Amino acid sequence: MLRGFDRLFALLAASLTAHSTVAEEQAVERWGVNMPKGVTEVAQTTYELHMLIFWICVAIGVLVFGVMFYSMWRHRKSKGHQAAQFHESTAVELVWTIIPTVILILMAIPATKTLYDIYDTDKADLDIMITGYQWKWKYEYLGSDVSFFSNLSTPRAQINNQQPKGPNYLLEVDEPLVVPIKKKIRFLITANDVIHAWWVPDLAVKKDAIPGFINESWTRIEEPGIYRGQCAELCGKDHGFMPIVIKAVPEEEYTAWLGGRAESAAKIRKLTEKNFTFDELFAQGEKVYNRACAACHQANGKGVPGVFPAIAGSKIATGPLDTHLDIVIDGSQVNPAMQAFGEQLSEVDLAAVITYQRNAFGNEMGDTVQPIDILNFKNKQ
Amino acid sequence: MAHGPQAGLKRWLYTTNHKDIGTLYLWFSFAMFFLGGCMALVIRAELFEPGLQIVQPEFFNQMTTMHGLIMVFGAVMPAFVGLANWMIPMMIGAPDMALPRMNNWSFWILPFGFAMLASTLFMEGGAPNFGWTFYAPLSTEYAPPSVTFFIFSVHILGASSIMGAINIIATILNMRAPGMTLMKMPLFVWTWLITAYLLIAVMPVLAGVVTMMLMDIHFGTSFFSAAGGGDPVLFQHVFWFFGHPEVYIMILPAFGIISAIIPTFARKPLFGYSSMVYATAAIAFLSLIVWAHHMFTVGMPIAGELFFMYATMLISVPTGVKIFNWVSTMFRGSMTFETPMLFAIAFIILFAIGGFSGLMLAIAPADFQYHDTYFVVAHFHYVLVPGAIFSITAAVYYWLPKWTGNMYNETMGKVHFWLAFIGLNLTFFPMHFVGLAGMPRRIPDYALQFADFNQMASIGAFLFGAAQVVFLFNVVRTVMGGKKATEQVWDNPQGLEWTVPSPAPYHTFSTPPVVR
Repeated sequence: MLRGFDRLFALLAASLTAHSTVAEEQAVERWGVNMPKGVTEVAQTTYELHMLIFWICVAIGVLVFGVMFYSMWRHRKSKGHQAAQFHESTAVELVWTIIPTVILILMAIPATKTLYDIYDTDKADLDIMITGYQWKWKYEYLGSDVSFFSNLSTPRAQINNQQPKGPNYLLEVDEPLVVPIKKKIRFLITANDVIHAWWVPDLAVKKDAIPGFINESWTRIEEPGIYRGQCAELCGKDHGFMPIVIKAVPEEEYTAWLGGRAESAAKIRKLTEKNFTFDELFAQGEKVYNRACAACHQANGKGVPGVFPAIAGSKIATGPLDTHLDIVIDGSQVNPAMQAFGEQLSEVDLAAVITYQRNAFGNEMGDTVQPIDILNFKNKQ
Repeated sequence: MAHGPQAGLKRWLYTTNHKDIGTLYLWFSFAMFFLGGCMALVIRAELFEPGLQIVQPEFFNQMTTMHGLIMVFGAVMPAFVGLANWMIPMMIGAPDMALPRMNNWSFWILPFGFAMLASTLFMEGGAPNFGWTFYAPLSTEYAPPSVTFFIFSVHILGASSIMGAINIIATILNMRAPGMTLMKMPLFVWTWLITAYLLIAVMPVLAGVVTMMLMDIHFGTSFFSAAGGGDPVLFQHVFWFFGHPEVYIMILPAFGIISAIIPTFARKPLFGYSSMVYATAAIAFLSLIVWAHHMFTVGMPIAGELFFMYATMLISVPTGVKIFNWVSTMFRGSMTFETPMLFAIAFIILFAIGGFSGLMLAIAPADFQYHDTYFVVAHFHYVLVPGAIFSITAAVYYWLPKWTGNMYNETMGKVHFWLAFIGLNLTFFPMHFVGLAGMPRRIPDYALQFADFNQMASIGAFLFGAAQVVFLFNVVRTVMGGKKATEQVWDNPQGLEWTVPSPAPYHTFSTPPVVR
């Protein structure tokens, strides 16, 4: 049914001079006018429900506007039409109260059924905990050791128009959520700071992530593929920059991936014992800084006056090391926007980023922080 | 008895005359409309293409927040209060509002409230940036310091609205001319009476919720923080208990305006007057029990979801009745299409489209896909711009000759209409598409597949903005002079306001008229 609708708009689109910052060969689906059909049963049912109501509305619209345009055409003074004087009819009023009510009941039946389906989170094969942070997502595979953060990976240069934009501009992350297909996956959704909302249109899952409370949702993906979504609840400055990417793979591939993840986590833990040179730490620190800190403190370390303090010349970054370790690892006591990074970053990354902050942006402390220092600091607490 | 206005500035500062205060409200809301409109243009300019070009995300969020607050509280609500001030006493044959001094006060605290709100733009940390719905904890623990000024400003605006509402109720219930029974009142008076009750019901709730924020921010309470035993979702319940009726506060008076204009230009009495009154009352009642349809994704129990879904769907019944009644009024009439009629017809069509998307949004499972996307932005702009703004515009063109004694320029009015109509649809229709295709609302930058429709929307927005400049010019010109209007202005319009001379004298109905 929708085909004709789509074609109409394709035509409309072609007739307009299309402008875009995207290179022509890129396969971005432009002029999309409708909800995706989705890759889960719930998504497809939702899509059908949406189309059903849409067509009912179209039918009512055609009828009502039809009468209206007919009278605007025929019953105008310029055509000499004399006004009738009728102005009341209880029968008619009753008819157009009852018929819409019946239509509404007919709509409510499938809607109620779908809703029950969506709310049935029982008997899941796999539980994934999703935590929204300003402005990234954390995924924990419950019952395994694996957990990680998923950050926007679109380079700042693309956002600031210094580089051409890639096809998945703003919809790409450093580490996607990997899930098996054909399994019932339960999502436990919460947030660490403000309210976020986890939304992937292809799964028809949208649930608010609320600090202090855990919401449930579920999905069963039928086809392998990469599905993209975004945070849907205004959550501060970079609300538009915390996408969601799901990679759905066959079960064997998923099991292998999970095993690999657990192994590499162990490897990173090992690195904690290693001693790094200043240059190694500084280089790694810059990467970590741009991923974890730059959103607020800015890439140039100058912060945003009145909102986010500067790192350049800051009392903490150029003061005693312990204070610096404390605020990065445990977060700020006074400003909730400064999160506790102790659990978010590895010891190596923490050491690197603190070294970086103390020696970049004109800060010249000259000291290096080793991963073991971080571990010792954490153990002291 | 017959003293006229004082001279100079004093006339406006000290006035207790309903017409003067109406004029003040209308000009104030016009100014706010332009201010909020400029903010919308900043938003649309930034969204003209992907990438960050003009503003940074922090400022973008301040613009979306301030645009919403200023349009809702500064443009639409004061405009309706202004129309109520001008028209209600003349429509019911009263010499003035029941509480003229309070009337002066309820207007004059507004500019101060808004000055305070606007001043936050220049504060350290910037203006409120948490959306006009100011969800906690983004608006409490994570808010810029200016939030305290925002809270105080909302208190002032709320006090102004409550006083305005009390005044309107007192006027309508006590000051009708002999013979003007309730069921003879023009629908604009009826819809305002019901709106005023809604205002009194929910504005204190808004004051309550911002006070709870204030307590959380400054006095160590934890209403909205789970860490202290509170609940962020409580905020949303309290806010939307105010917020949903607020939506109807901004549309019910519009229904009254349209019900006055359509019969005049169809030269045929309004179809189903009493069903219109009952439908308005039904809508107002239902508006108080549907608030959580704004919150389908917060994780309510399924019983809650179902209740709010069914109740919300029900609203389309009385709303449908209204649309059918207007269409039946036009049917077999003898229509002409002067500017007020054009705006009124556009109101019916576009408001119905907004109603359709509203019905779609009411379906909870489908709402999971629509919620917080541009589909919602399209929906509420279709309801508010052609709903509130077009009806206010229609009202201004309809009654301006009565107010000023001069006819506006019809050609310019038509140019205004067509520019606004095309601009509006170009701006907001594509938003349905990008929303369905997956674009969240309140984002300063977007993925590439949304680029083309966003560009269309931005062009439309500037067109709509240009149309309003034509409107301003037309109004100013009419105030300055023009063809003299007759007492009736239009072809046999109904209502007491058309029995007084044009321009309406400073004091009307000092002796009450007798209604047949």
